[in-house]
Amino acid sequence: MIKTSNLTKNRIAEYLVHGKRFDNRKADEFRDIVIECGLSKKAEGSARVKIGKTEVWVGVKMEIAEPYPDSPDKGNLMVTAELLPMSNAKYEYGPPKFEAIELGRLVDRGIRESKYIDFEKLCIKEGEKVWGIMIDIYSINDDGNLLDAAFIGALAALKEAKMPFYDEKEEKIYYEKPTKEKLPLTDNMPINFSVHQIEDTIFFDPNTEEEAAAEGRLILAMIPGNPPKICSMQKGNTLQVSHEKFVEMLEFVDKKYKTFYSQINKLIDEAVKKKKE
Amino acid sequence: MMQEKETKKEEREIVIPGETIVSGEDYLPGEGTRREKEEIIAERYGLVEQSGKLVKVIPLSGVFIPRRGNVIIGQVIDISFNGWMTDINAPYSSFLPLMEVPRFIDKNNISEFMDIGDFFSAKIFSIKQKGIDLTFDGKGLGKLEDGMIVFINPNKVPRVIGKEGSMIKLIKDETNCKITVGQNGLVWIKGEKVEDELFAKKAIMFVTEKSFVNGLTEKVQKFLQEEKEK
Repeated sequence: MIKTSNLTKNRIAEYLVHGKRFDNRKADEFRDIVIECGLSKKAEGSARVKIGKTEVWVGVKMEIAEPYPDSPDKGNLMVTAELLPMSNAKYEYGPPKFEAIELGRLVDRGIRESKYIDFEKLCIKEGEKVWGIMIDIYSINDDGNLLDAAFIGALAALKEAKMPFYDEKEEKIYYEKPTKEKLPLTDNMPINFSVHQIEDTIFFDPNTEEEAAAEGRLILAMIPGNPPKICSMQKGNTLQVSHEKFVEMLEFVDKKYKTFYSQINKLIDEAVKKKKE
Repeated sequence: MMQEKETKKEEREIVIPGETIVSGEDYLPGEGTRREKEEIIAERYGLVEQSGKLVKVIPLSGVFIPRRGNVIIGQVIDISFNGWMTDINAPYSSFLPLMEVPRFIDKNNISEFMDIGDFFSAKIFSIKQKGIDLTFDGKGLGKLEDGMIVFINPNKVPRVIGKEGSMIKLIKDETNCKITVGQNGLVWIKGEKVEDELFAKKAIMFVTEKSFVNGLTEKVQKFLQEEKEK
């Protein structure tokens, strides 16, 4: 399959130097974000997120499991991603490849390290029984920036999810009759930023063309605070990042953080509210 | 949207593979169809066109099927001692031999002329069992040095080119860009400014989206004028 050409890449880079992009966005501008909640009846919580043409479905499923030996009084979290061949010709069926594993782990780490979920409240009996949360991510259409879409989807699905009814005597979960209880979430809602770099310029929210042309990438998950704190960070792609560039990237994210946080927070709240009615 | 309805003369039927188009011995199966006893059955997804006895299907989607003489745009994926292995967006492997390049190339260092990842426009000169052979022998064929590549649905290429090249000529004149449309769905655009190239890209995308509309050339002309005034 022919990917984005080096000719197009040169053009994108040339244009970005002047702060312009092919679809008339600014470097720090996202495409339109749409969030919908409560799409799946079988899942405890679910969400659909669209960023431009990129579309991701996320589901949250709960189960009773044994805790890990190093955290006997804490619940479990598992995030898996499936990149469907339908969403982009570059993905294939079969066991998850690098991109899918990375996507799942990045979302997992961002949520885990932010302490957004109060895992201690998910404990039923220490050392024996805890709630396990499983987040499943499916890509419906990949037009770049799957990670940010998946992360927002995971947040929305977690917020929408309701605990299923657990009968302690019978040791059985009744999925069909959910309680009104929500998951034990804290105020530390993490927001994910992926900063991409082409030659000397940095920008948010690439589309397919820009993503294929990008050389450097820095992924940050941040939690509210004054100033906001970084809870997870990963460098991706091939380009070396110099110290100056790194500082520039952090400032770039810091500038965007406040508006983006309130935008996402508002969108998720609206989506969860809409589902109730 | 009202105008589109008015200009549409007759609705052509859409068929899917396996669907019976017509039955009867009077009809002949054309491109994209086959005969099964009495019936003529579609082999591709597309619009039915009948001209006299002949029934054929104009495909709306699917892969590019190479034909001899097609001008295509491809990418170098590997280099061998006597030419370049290429990817031309077709389901067969393709090769551009060194001999088919009408200029001097240092045989010990052919990557100097074209390296892996480079794009070129070429003509298909033979299709054999072992693969497709390409040639640079022709006007305007060769390595693509500058500009940008746009991907479109290969089945929409005839609409982008238009009757005797009328559509592509219109876009070229209005945007001041050099444009090469490969039959395989890759389009190369080069203009003086990036804005011009993006304008040409927009126009091509407009054509591919509205490819089913009658009187498209006039519509594109209007679209180009409106965009220019902005």
